[in-house]
Amino acid sequence: MLLSSRPGAQVLELGPAIGSNITFLGERFGCKIHVKDLYADLDRYANEAALHRLPEFLDGRFAEFGESIDAVLCWDVFDYLVPAAANVLAAALIQTLRPGGALLAFFGAGKLGEARYTRYLIEHGTHLRFRFSPGACCRQRVLENRDILRLFADLDLVDSVLLRSGVREVVFRKPGAH
Amino acid sequence: MREDSVSIGKSIVIKGDVSGCEDLTIEGQVEGRIQLRDHVLTVGPSAHVHAHVVAKSIVVVGQVTGNLTAYEKVDIRENGSVEGDVVAPRVAIADGAKFRGSIDMRPQDVSAATDGTVDGFKHDGKTPMPSGAPVSVGAD
Repeated sequence: MLLSSRPGAQVLELGPAIGSNITFLGERFGCKIHVKDLYADLDRYANEAALHRLPEFLDGRFAEFGESIDAVLCWDVFDYLVPAAANVLAAALIQTLRPGGALLAFFGAGKLGEARYTRYLIEHGTHLRFRFSPGACCRQRVLENRDILRLFADLDLVDSVLLRSGVREVVFRKPGAH
Repeated sequence: MREDSVSIGKSIVIKGDVSGCEDLTIEGQVEGRIQLRDHVLTVGPSAHVHAHVVAKSIVVVGQVTGNLTAYEKVDIRENGSVEGDVVAPRVAIADGAKFRGSIDMRPQDVSAATDGTVDGFKHDGKTPMPSGAPVSVGAD
């Protein structure tokens, strides 16, 4: 596993800080975790009726990391983004990954128009449990597989699984040293 | 009976350095730097702390902006809010807590983060460094 092979791996968490996830990544793998919580940003922009400004906000949002991140946990944030914002975010995340770094994302994790967020909790290191929390931003669209591949065209597809629930779980890796 | 704990009340505003050798609970506002190397800092529910903190353990129930370094544990409770980087061997974040920043639980990083602060604090560029006089807590 990528994280266990790199003590001190840098993880970019796009969701909120969840205690059990932080404990798992920090204590078990010794990762340094950067929590950015884009869902909170979505709430803020939605409440200000300013979602059209999201691409501008996301552009350069992660520039501080250079090309140093070992793993990005996107969860289902792309479900909530319009195409312009999704393109900007994908490009920014690809930039932050070191060569060999990985990106995990879920697509189609809920109904369109649904204004709630899914929180993903790592359990026992092998399972994900999820629960819901209210959100101000609605799910915008469900990306097709070809759209997902196009979005991350600069990354290598490692795994793509369509779950029984209809959720697509995708892992990409940045080409280069492993 | 003497209790090794003091409190900064809701109406108190401190701008400057706070250090000492007792447990401390903050309910008011502190801007600057807080150092309680062998003791527990509790940021109470009404507290607003804008500071770089070094302590044995840090419990956050109120709001903190600034970096937190603890030798033992950082505990962000429900409704607690931290915006800054946390370095500690154990970090607990309750449901309902807000956190934005980075978390580093590697032992060597706790040492590195605190070694550089023996004679003061490293300025991280984020935390404001007011020019107020240092405030000592307890019998230093």
